[in-house]
Amino acid sequence: MADFFRKLFGPKEDTKPRPLDGATTAPLTDQQIQSIISSQAPRYEIRQLVAGVGQSVGKQRDHNEDSLLALTTTISGNAESIPFGLYVVADGMGGHQFGEVASNAAIRIVGGAIASKFHSYLFKLPTQSIQDSLQEVMESAILEAHQYIQREAPGSGTTITAALALGGQVTIGHVGDSRAYAISPDGRMEPMTRDHSLVKRLEELGHLSKDEVDNFPHRNVLIRALGQGETLEADIFTIPFPHPGYLMICSDGLWGVVNEKDVIRIIGESPNLHRACQSMVEAANAAGGPDNITVILVQLVG
Amino acid sequence: METRNITSPIGGPYGSGSGDQKGRQQLLAGVMLADRYTIQEVIGIGGMGSVYRARDMHFPNVVKLVAVKEMINMAPDPLVRQTIVQNFEREANLLATLHHPAIPRIYDYFSHDDRSYLVLEFIQGRDLESVISDADGFLHEDQVISWGIQLCDVLEYLHSHKPDPIIFRDMKPSNVMINQNGDVVLVDFGIAKTFQTGIKGTMIGTEGYSPPEQYRGDATPLADIYALGATLHHALTRRDPRLEPPFTFAERPVRRIHSSVSIELEAVVTAALQYNPTERFQTAGDMKDALMNVARKTGALSKLTSVSLPAQASGGVKPIWDFKCEDEIRGTPTLSGGALYIGCYDNNLYALSAADGKFQWKYPTEGGIVSRPLIYENNVFFCSEDQRLHVIGARTGKLLWTYYTDGRIYSSPRISDGHIFFGSDDQDLHAVNVNSGRAVWRFSADSPIHSTPLIANEMIYFGAENGSFYSLDFRGGLKWRFQAKRAMTSSPIQKGQAIYTASVDSTLYALDANSGFAIWKFRLGKGTISSPAIADDFVFVGAADGFVYCVDARTAKEVWRYKTDNQVSSSPAVYKDSLYIGSVDGSMYCLEYRTGRLRWKFDTGSAITGSPVVFDDIVYFGSTNHHVYALFA
Repeated sequence: MADFFRKLFGPKEDTKPRPLDGATTAPLTDQQIQSIISSQAPRYEIRQLVAGVGQSVGKQRDHNEDSLLALTTTISGNAESIPFGLYVVADGMGGHQFGEVASNAAIRIVGGAIASKFHSYLFKLPTQSIQDSLQEVMESAILEAHQYIQREAPGSGTTITAALALGGQVTIGHVGDSRAYAISPDGRMEPMTRDHSLVKRLEELGHLSKDEVDNFPHRNVLIRALGQGETLEADIFTIPFPHPGYLMICSDGLWGVVNEKDVIRIIGESPNLHRACQSMVEAANAAGGPDNITVILVQLVG
Repeated sequence: METRNITSPIGGPYGSGSGDQKGRQQLLAGVMLADRYTIQEVIGIGGMGSVYRARDMHFPNVVKLVAVKEMINMAPDPLVRQTIVQNFEREANLLATLHHPAIPRIYDYFSHDDRSYLVLEFIQGRDLESVISDADGFLHEDQVISWGIQLCDVLEYLHSHKPDPIIFRDMKPSNVMINQNGDVVLVDFGIAKTFQTGIKGTMIGTEGYSPPEQYRGDATPLADIYALGATLHHALTRRDPRLEPPFTFAERPVRRIHSSVSIELEAVVTAALQYNPTERFQTAGDMKDALMNVARKTGALSKLTSVSLPAQASGGVKPIWDFKCEDEIRGTPTLSGGALYIGCYDNNLYALSAADGKFQWKYPTEGGIVSRPLIYENNVFFCSEDQRLHVIGARTGKLLWTYYTDGRIYSSPRISDGHIFFGSDDQDLHAVNVNSGRAVWRFSADSPIHSTPLIANEMIYFGAENGSFYSLDFRGGLKWRFQAKRAMTSSPIQKGQAIYTASVDSTLYALDANSGFAIWKFRLGKGTISSPAIADDFVFVGAADGFVYCVDARTAKEVWRYKTDNQVSSSPAVYKDSLYIGSVDGSMYCLEYRTGRLRWKFDTGSAITGSPVVFDDIVYFGSTNHHVYALFA
């Protein structure tokens, strides 16, 4: 009874937290969080990119139409070293002829076009700067691959998700439904890319509920693909490289099969990046392996 | 517990359902939305969801309250769902374009699962319906007149909206908030509609307040006038029209219920409530004039606080103060400790009182001053065409020391880690010890430096007149260099790992801070010396083609552009949700920074090349007409 009256009439102020002078409360600013994280992260002498890859044909397809390219460059010496990396996943379109031709052409042409632009910067003495902006380099490389596929493998198509990591930034070029994710060490997994698929489009327009999205019969229908259509508009943007954390690029054989929680758990449990990629591929196969599986995991250390 | 504030759309297919209680659950106190807004309590219930009071956690050290309006999308039919979301976005977009003291500002909107949220200015106060029902007796006539005038004013604003008038469509006491100052604020723009003549609107409104023609599907400005009449009738008589047979106001004139109301006021209310639209006031302005006349007769006007009109693009902006110097002002002021410091081409640096523009002191140099002063430890640092960096007392205007370079100086000083950094026409970037006034090092750029250096990530970034852009470490060592095709007069800014700057070569650049690689290039119509500004993910810059540009920082896609009537050399300043920038056409512009819509402009009659500074809702800037101005932001 006394408690009841205390509840009714007791001074309310007692239950309120008193503000401390100069104390900040959650949410902490990004800067505060960054400074806490950076004070705890181990330091490496050379700032460098580290990458692991994994790939499997899956359990239900008889051939692999996925392609990947991973290129990590570290040049260090007296001069400042700037990490340079190029990571590309392409998923050739099933049901089309030459799906694997298209995805293979996509990674080689995009990789080659970007690498040749950077050749003089990386390997010439004295190093030469690049005239085009990073986004222009990415855009023209994807366009070149698009035109090649239209010419050499007509009727086929492929997704492409390409990441050009330079310094602390990453420039993404993206067409189709392969995905790039930013994974933070505390277990958040943010898609960086938006699928160019019919199901995503309908979802964005509000035509499908979450359940309907999961059970949509035409989940693999793309509305944009490399090699398809007269004009191609790739999504191209530049954002800070996820740091600390990971950049993950994968085909729908992974993201459509292994859920985000398992991806984060596998990365957390794995001793290194290539083991993490291998485990993710195994998890996708264990879940039925309905499609080709490709994954690239990249970390910026130092 | 009464169920006030419940408004369900008449005949809507998505009215209150009974089997969907789970989906309609209200958010509990303490829930955080969008990682930003902490729900405190429910302050209203509408047909589509609740309205909450929430705290904006982006301001952890102060309590900033916002109203969060929720819309729960329960419709099973995709087409209806889509319509609902579209209506919601329409409300958001509509609010974003409106600027009137009686319309809440919109801060944000977002969707999460099947719920959409609008984040609005929180109005501290009560709605008129509870003011009426909680009052001991009748409300005072003068008070109702005052609110009536304010409501006419906001209706007049909405009805004169371009290109199409906005019909509020749901004027009633529960949609009118009385804030702490006793002024009205209209809430719930859920069904406000831009009106296109000849197109039938949907039948929405609240029974009792809506005019007869609205039930036939006609929503016009005259419908709002009727509903305002009904609202005033309710306020004066305390008779809720929803409890009366529809359209029966004529049977219960105001003075029959509340006899002390003046005949004149009753006549205004009666005129507004005419059954036939053509017999009502034909505009909200007419009704406001009629109420003003009543107020003059009853003496209410002398007790009224003046009704503040929203700033209009047509030059309704009046300066708070202005101050005349002896020659052109081309630079940017600095505000510190209640004083405004600004350089002038009469060779003086002026210190003015920021509150009233009163002259405090001036300090003469031997050259024009375009350099923006910098206040550091009670001293003013600035450069002049007389080739010197001057350091003077901020209070006294007395010289402490000067530092000589071998060329005119247009760059503005920056101070970091005990050093002052600035460029000069002697082609050097100077690093000067802030205490001793001695050079620590000089970096030769082989070209005059007009840009102001950026100090970030323990690096120094600046552009030069030959188009080179440099990144130096604190010892003056070159880290990287980027080459534009023409002069880099624009002063760089930084966000994250990107540096944004612009060039006379007609390009806005995003450069990687670590390597100097161009992340993207955005083509401007002409070259520019304007320095970019950034807010959210938008980069803003002016250019000599007369445009102000807004570009997406991630994708380099143009978001909007705004055309002024001459070159834009001024640099944009972002404050709250507005962008301020001067033009050589003589005007200071205030634009909605997300959309590029004009809020107001102020014509000084002579080119504005300097940039505005905004502090505490006041914009300060100088013009080549020799004047310094302070305007309400």
